[in-house]
Amino acid sequence: MIPEIGVFSLVLALLVAVVQGSLPLAGAHWGVAGWIRLARPAAFGQFIFAAIALACLAWSFLDNDFSVLYVASNSHADLPAAYRFAAVWGGHEGSMLLWLCLLSAWTVAVALFSRQLPEAYVARVLAVMGWLSVGFLLFLLFLSNPFTRLMPPALQGRDLNPLLQDPGMVVHPPVLYMGYVGFSVAFAFAIAALLSGELNAAWARWSRPWTVAAWVFLTLGILMGSAWAYYVLGWGGWWFWDPVENASFMPWLVGTALIHSLAVTEQRGAFRSWTVLLAICTFSLSLLGTFLVRSGVLTSVHAFAVDPGRGLFILAFMVAVVGGSLLLFGWRAPRIGLGGRFGLLSRESLLLSNNVVLTVAAMSVLIGTLYPLALDVLSGQKISVGPPYFEAVFVPIMVPAIFLMGVGPIARWKHAPLPELARRLRWALAASCVAALLLPFTLPAGQRGWPAMSTFALLLAAWAVASAVAHAWQRLRGAPGGWLERARRQPSGWYGMLFAHAGIGVFIFGATMANSFESRQELRLNLGEQVALAGFEFRFEGIAPASGPNYDAQRATVQVTRHGQAVATLHPEKRVYRAQQMPLSQAAIDVGLTRDLFVALGEPAGDAAWTMRLHVKPFMAWIWAGCLLMAFGGLLAATDRRYRLGMAARKTRAIGATAALRPQEGA
Amino acid sequence: MRFKLPFAIFIVLAILLAVGLRRDPKLLPSALIDKPAPAIDLPLLHDPQQRLKVEGLRGQVWLLNVWASWCAPCRDELPVLMELAGKDGVVLYGLNYKDKSDAARTWLQRWGNPYRGSAVDSDGRVGIDYGVYGVPETFVIDGTGRIRYKHAGPISADIWRERLLPVVRSLQ
Repeated sequence: MIPEIGVFSLVLALLVAVVQGSLPLAGAHWGVAGWIRLARPAAFGQFIFAAIALACLAWSFLDNDFSVLYVASNSHADLPAAYRFAAVWGGHEGSMLLWLCLLSAWTVAVALFSRQLPEAYVARVLAVMGWLSVGFLLFLLFLSNPFTRLMPPALQGRDLNPLLQDPGMVVHPPVLYMGYVGFSVAFAFAIAALLSGELNAAWARWSRPWTVAAWVFLTLGILMGSAWAYYVLGWGGWWFWDPVENASFMPWLVGTALIHSLAVTEQRGAFRSWTVLLAICTFSLSLLGTFLVRSGVLTSVHAFAVDPGRGLFILAFMVAVVGGSLLLFGWRAPRIGLGGRFGLLSRESLLLSNNVVLTVAAMSVLIGTLYPLALDVLSGQKISVGPPYFEAVFVPIMVPAIFLMGVGPIARWKHAPLPELARRLRWALAASCVAALLLPFTLPAGQRGWPAMSTFALLLAAWAVASAVAHAWQRLRGAPGGWLERARRQPSGWYGMLFAHAGIGVFIFGATMANSFESRQELRLNLGEQVALAGFEFRFEGIAPASGPNYDAQRATVQVTRHGQAVATLHPEKRVYRAQQMPLSQAAIDVGLTRDLFVALGEPAGDAAWTMRLHVKPFMAWIWAGCLLMAFGGLLAATDRRYRLGMAARKTRAIGATAALRPQEGA
Repeated sequence: MRFKLPFAIFIVLAILLAVGLRRDPKLLPSALIDKPAPAIDLPLLHDPQQRLKVEGLRGQVWLLNVWASWCAPCRDELPVLMELAGKDGVVLYGLNYKDKSDAARTWLQRWGNPYRGSAVDSDGRVGIDYGVYGVPETFVIDGTGRIRYKHAGPISADIWRERLLPVVRSLQ
């Protein structure tokens, strides 16, 4: 019964979504107030039905209802309840349902927090989001119904993929999808503005907090996925340039460009058509990500079940959404006009260059991801593009972006004289050069010495932090009332920018150290044997059988010491999940401020010996810390109080006046 | 015109994806296609005194099916192999990959044994030579001892009829 309620509410959600997509749009076009007013209640209704459907699926999982095909394929009675709940999005159908629910949740959020916006505009935004929902609902109902019954019912489920039985997997997909789907808001705002023909600074101001919020979720989602790959896949790496990782990284890059471009459009009214195009591209790349992951068009460790019908539907949907909006863009954009003029060297030009660099970086990732497909289609050759390509192409592209990131916030709008920039940044530049040159002497060199590229990367990391500090210092010092008073008066968006930019520096530092100076060893260890690696001694103390709720394991004890002092006791496991008899190596990691100790169990080698893989990864935790700083910065920027207060009064203010009053704000 | 450019680029991309969708993603690259099959010299599962050798099968077209008792999809393809390989008279050998021989024998006893013989590759060394990506995988080897086709993933009745059997027949 419960699954049927689920299907029924999906049907109702579809009907409501059709209303939400059509009448408010027509009402906004012909000025029918009654139709315009339908948008909000429809958004709420659609969300309620979508939530009921998700609840029904969750109930079927918690209730072990193996007469539902999707439950039988992704769950097992012995699976702990938390994972049975997470199994809702452990497979294709459920993750599509989650996608839809999050889309309707964002729609409701827009409906709730847009009271100060013109009614007709909100109606258009909600209608665009309604059409997106219609697409996903049709897909769910006709091609990937999560409530399909299995007759006769299975006695036992096939179990959730053991790789996904991990606390990180409970939260990673919803957070990542919140990011993907969140860009639909920026997209809907852009399309609504194109439809109405009113692409002005107000539009940019309205979309900014939404875009930043989605970006924060996407950042956290990518961080969790990467952390999951690090400790569950147990390969010792944290980023593999896998097509599915790239699929989440491309919207992040273009979304980052969009955030900065929106700032310029809001403050100076410039690059309006470029900003609209970026908003369309960001969401298109989110859709492309879904297509790549869900259609199985690329062979990948992550790719899910392959069904050409589904792939074709998502492709057709993507062509309708992306193609339609790009056509609309091509038709409307020529009339948008140019914004304020700016000099060759100004904050606008610096942000524009940064935008171009980020977009080119995203394109390089896109090319690397799709090149194998293109080659296969054109010539039938099968190749795969791996990390060497991405490291050779992507990393150099990002270098100017990091450099410009330090200059941009300090430059003035319209015209930024070079001597002034140089004067304001000389200390930051000097400090980062000194730091990059001195750091090698204070840190332990890796197995391969100290490569020049690493010094250069450290220079960039130090530059990102030092330029943010220099900017903060120059803005806060010498103010009346002391710097504390001045610090209190700065908008939180400005602090957000500082945190995010410093986070990039912290991230680069962590990634450089962990990748260049990692010590690793694969070896056979006898019971009681000890081996030294990067100044630590690893001692294989014992191995014993252990069992979890749905797996049996061999659990090793590895004692780590440094100069005889105990550092950590690690328990890597080799598990066999009972339901699928699938073996899985669970690495043990001791996380520290300056290093991660990582032990993964291999295979038994004789009576009292096992093969093991040991890693000492310096400053690994800084990678995560950098991402968290970026996300925290985004959070500060999204909650800036100027988005909440007095919007109605401000939206009519002339673009130039805003910029003149707040020369240093945001961006 | 320049505002229409994004649309044009997107259409090219969409066509690429549409064509890409029609190809078989299971068809993994194998550098070994049309190359001599790597040597096998392994004991047979049911009679460890005898050994499976590629040279010993010269002159006939045969299939090498990589399987293991711990592999769930292998069980799905077993009935297909049982029924069709016997009916169509195709020579089928197994490569028991990274498995325990006891478990493997019990498994065949329980679910059926479609193989003329299964070579025991307990440490997966031969599997590495063959570039085994995941289990199950099936290689078609011709009379001169060259690999002519590779299928990754379980074999369904359709795949057998439309992919493997035509290749085998064309080589015979």
